[in-house]
Amino acid sequence: MARNPQLNDHGELRHLLSIDGLPREVLLQILDTAEPFAGVTEREVKKVPLLRGKSVFNLFFEPSTRTRTTFEIAAKRLSADVINLNIALSSQTKGESLTDTVANLSAMQADVFVVRHAASGAPYLIARHVKPHEHVINAGDGRHAHPTQGLLDLYTIRHYKKDFTRLTVAVVGDLLHSRVARSLIHGLTTLGVPEVRAIGPQTLLPAGIEALGVRVFHDMRAGLKDCDVVVMLRLQHERMNGPLLPSAQEFFKNYGLTAEKLALARPDAIVMHPGPMNRGVEIDSSVADGPHSVILPQVTFGIAVRMAVMSIVAGN
Amino acid sequence: MNALPDAEALLERLAAQIRPRLVPGTAMIGLYTGGAWVAERLHAALGLAEPLGLMDVAFYRDDYSRKGLKQDPKRTRIPFEVAGRDLLLVDDVLYTGRTVRAALNELFDYGRPKSVALAVLADRGGRQLPICAQHCGAEISVPEGARLRLKRAADGRLSLEVERGA
Repeated sequence: MARNPQLNDHGELRHLLSIDGLPREVLLQILDTAEPFAGVTEREVKKVPLLRGKSVFNLFFEPSTRTRTTFEIAAKRLSADVINLNIALSSQTKGESLTDTVANLSAMQADVFVVRHAASGAPYLIARHVKPHEHVINAGDGRHAHPTQGLLDLYTIRHYKKDFTRLTVAVVGDLLHSRVARSLIHGLTTLGVPEVRAIGPQTLLPAGIEALGVRVFHDMRAGLKDCDVVVMLRLQHERMNGPLLPSAQEFFKNYGLTAEKLALARPDAIVMHPGPMNRGVEIDSSVADGPHSVILPQVTFGIAVRMAVMSIVAGN
Repeated sequence: MNALPDAEALLERLAAQIRPRLVPGTAMIGLYTGGAWVAERLHAALGLAEPLGLMDVAFYRDDYSRKGLKQDPKRTRIPFEVAGRDLLLVDDVLYTGRTVRAALNELFDYGRPKSVALAVLADRGGRQLPICAQHCGAEISVPEGARLRLKRAADGRLSLEVERGA
């Protein structure tokens, strides 16, 4: 069997590329470590000296303000120096130039590369080429994975629900194009969630998704029944009037989360969304801003989770 | 090998030592893990008015570059204003002084205390930094490379143990 590219010889996390393939103990280590970092972010001095003198390079080959900003905040709160590089994909020629870019940055004494790329697998390619003391964190690659988003979702669920082993979690919407959904589903099943449901139209659910251990529902009302956690996914604009969907209005009618549909879930259910939200497309404003919503705490927890990931990989 | 002193007796001795010298309004912070156990007991024995603070110095350690982050760090909780206060830091075993150095650095990210004193159950010598304890249960000599550890039984009783190094 091939060696896990994310772990070092001692089985410790060296790069974070995907939740898929991470042992349960490593997942729990990240969640456990994020907890005290959440404490740091509540202090007046929101900074610890752990990564002092280290350089974190944010390599964004695909635009993303939110994810880049949360990584930047996390790195700064660890006292690292942060260099943001927004590398437009159009200016990149393929193949060799990606590794050339990284080799050049490596020559500038990088310690951690945070990589966002439109091509699935790009962070793996970079991880294969970095020096032993350099670390790669995947900040979203194509449709493949977005592990820190998945981890912050897991952290949020644990924060509100404590025990994974008695939960019913529904992931709703466009799972086909979502790298968030895959990361989250892998994490949920690894941590022992007994029932994970995928809710969406046939056209937006990946073929063979049942193999990941999820129950598929095309009827949202049936799928939401007795759920503890409802994760809404963003419907990307370019899909709204494409061949997979009739219209945004039609999607909202069938798969938009309204207070009326949410009432079918458990009374203490939490509602999550990775952002950015399309109000009135996948989620109604009254739900997004309502008492079940933990969408803004997710953002706050995301910083603590990224601090945990960076400080674990940079120390291994 | 010499028998180790009884940790429960040291705890009583330490409390008796601190009591007459305690500045009114002092607040206490215990350092995870062993120091937190000692601090819980001392805090009750001394009847301090301020709630107990607990600190994990994992994010301030000086060996991160060599050893990485330790497993399962705990959240530091300081439920009182640090600025302007007389503080008593509590740890189980004082050795190199590096944990206390880290604790002082973390502490100052919460504010500027009026004073900080250190109380330890046991001092095993071997300091690598200019740090000393104002209150100490006992000086215990332990062979180089061995570890002096505090244990807590299910019933809460504390005991000292020497673990041989590799």
